[in-house]
Amino acid sequence: MKFLWFHLMPYKELPEDFKEKHPSVWVDIHSSLFDPARAHHMYNEFLDELEFAAACGFDAICCNEHHSNGYGLMPSPNLIASALARRTTDTAICVLGNSLALYNPPTRVAEEFAMIDCISGGRLIAGFPVGTPMDTTYAYGSNPSHLRDRYYEAHDLVLRAWKEKETFAFNGRYNQQRYVNIWPRPIQQPHPPIWIPGAGSVETWRWAAEMDYVFCYLSYYGYKMAQNVMQGFWEEMARLGKDRNPYRAGFAQVVGVAESRQQALDLYSGPAEYFYGRCLHVDPRFAGPPGYVTEATQRAGIESQVKLAAEGKGGSGPSTNASSATKMQSLARDMKNIVANGYVIVGSPDEVTEQLRELATTLNIGQLMLLMQFGNLSSEVTKYNTRLFAEKVMPKLKGLFADWENRWWPRPMEKRQRAMLPAFMPQAAAH
Amino acid sequence: MTEPDTSTIDINGYPTRVWRKGSGPKIGFLAGYGGLPRWIPFLERLAETRTVIVPSLPGFPGGDRGHSVLDSQLDWLLAVRDLIDKAGLAGGDLVGSSVGGSFAAEMAAVWPDKVKRLALIAPFGLFDEQAPATDPWAQKQDDIAGLMTAQPEIYKALKRMPAGANSIEWPIEQTRAAEAAARIFWPLGNTRLERRLPLIKAPTLILWGAEDRLLPTSYADAVVRAMRARTETRIIAGAGHLAELDKPDEVAAAILSFML
Repeated sequence: MKFLWFHLMPYKELPEDFKEKHPSVWVDIHSSLFDPARAHHMYNEFLDELEFAAACGFDAICCNEHHSNGYGLMPSPNLIASALARRTTDTAICVLGNSLALYNPPTRVAEEFAMIDCISGGRLIAGFPVGTPMDTTYAYGSNPSHLRDRYYEAHDLVLRAWKEKETFAFNGRYNQQRYVNIWPRPIQQPHPPIWIPGAGSVETWRWAAEMDYVFCYLSYYGYKMAQNVMQGFWEEMARLGKDRNPYRAGFAQVVGVAESRQQALDLYSGPAEYFYGRCLHVDPRFAGPPGYVTEATQRAGIESQVKLAAEGKGGSGPSTNASSATKMQSLARDMKNIVANGYVIVGSPDEVTEQLRELATTLNIGQLMLLMQFGNLSSEVTKYNTRLFAEKVMPKLKGLFADWENRWWPRPMEKRQRAMLPAFMPQAAAH
Repeated sequence: MTEPDTSTIDINGYPTRVWRKGSGPKIGFLAGYGGLPRWIPFLERLAETRTVIVPSLPGFPGGDRGHSVLDSQLDWLLAVRDLIDKAGLAGGDLVGSSVGGSFAAEMAAVWPDKVKRLALIAPFGLFDEQAPATDPWAQKQDDIAGLMTAQPEIYKALKRMPAGANSIEWPIEQTRAAEAAARIFWPLGNTRLERRLPLIKAPTLILWGAEDRLLPTSYADAVVRAMRARTETRIIAGAGHLAELDKPDEVAAAILSFML
């Protein structure tokens, strides 16, 4: 099993009454809440934490892309990834990812990912999300009715730009370029491993399977709520004749480990409540721009609701529509509910190990993404969480799924061929 | 109120509904935001003295997934021109509301022979930074009706699923109408219509709901300012964005007297 340490980079000082006084953490969050001088320290701490996770032996460090977002300060994850490439040596760098349809031209993604792959000596995992409605259609004004077609076309263009050896003309529906010829080119040939973050869309599962990409379910609502979605995913893989290789799938989980369960609750309750209460406070009017969810997925959603209603059950599972996301948020009022619903896994190393084993085996997940800094968790406790996990939890789970080959992991240059990173000595430079 | 005759025409390979009712000189109607999942009193009023012809816009109820192949402004205008021709509306009077109002204006501007007289009810197509239009695509589901009509219950009734309808396809069709409008008008509703308005030759009646919460009534002045043809403006008291839903009698009477 692979362990990926995932930072969202939340703004850590949203006011106590944020939820009451402000309509949304995303899209129209007020600029007066942002203090650049405080953000200077946050960014630097966040980068320290990612580098610390790499030093602790996590298999990868992850960043992602959000816009106009109070819990995700990375409009450009590529800036973060390039900084990390210079301060880490062996850890994979997972950018999860670039929302392809937002780049004009999309060859920019092919170029920047190739740069990160070159700088890091071939350690990049290339993530291609469609992007959330808030990021793509509202913050960036992208047309929801065109978004998916744009995304697929941009994907085809990026892949071709990486693979083709000659300059070529791209004659797409949305992109026309006479001379496509990217410099630099990626270290990893024909291209870095591609991972697709998504939700419960059957079409995305099919496409990821057809392209032989990793599908990542990035829910913030924990492994218990994810059972239906991942069951649907694996059933679809079976229908498509794909094996159950757990490395086909990734999942993100909030985790807090401490010496004892009580100590974990003491350390992590406040930050978890901050995360679920303030960070995920999104105005529902930004949840469903028309056309963002395909009609096939809408149809599947309505059919399953009808079926559940007929069986006398309420729906649970993916947050693909506003009502279910709102429902899950309403379950996250305080730490008791947050833990009881399995949104976060907290406890002693043994307790966390057992829950993660259950997560990995029930969801059949080989690529485990860990959110170990969440909400306003301090840098000090974040590092404590990270180190304790690396020492006491990771070794017990590392052997899981040893029989399967992880075909979706970076293949860096031989270590002896890679550039030596000089020690970082700002004082020396000052003299 | 009896049902209209329904026929189907082909627009870019998509079966497209055309309603027809009444007798007398032809008058066409292009529907507003959300489209027409059912026949409405406004059209009934017009049909008392005129032959009313109502082709569905691509992607609107009755318009299948016709929007899905329209990528550019030109694609849209050619599809609507095809609609006007195949529905037998060329050369007749034309009324358009909201989204449909924008297309009606474009038809009269780009192909002046196709439109004898024109009525525009709060057309899309303009954006004024001093008086920004409300974003219809960033609303809680429950707030849409109040944005479309002064009396929300009227819009809700228009969109309510009738007994016997397909409970899965009905909501998808209503979302599709919002998507189709977004496809051409996202994100601001601005197609720079003011650049084509001077080309309109047909005498034009401009109608605006006094309580339009989507497009401020100041947009009516902007439309008039941009036009060279003869215009007349009527602000409809007690009406919202889709004035023909709130005040069917008054809006129909104004149109019929303008197009006598």
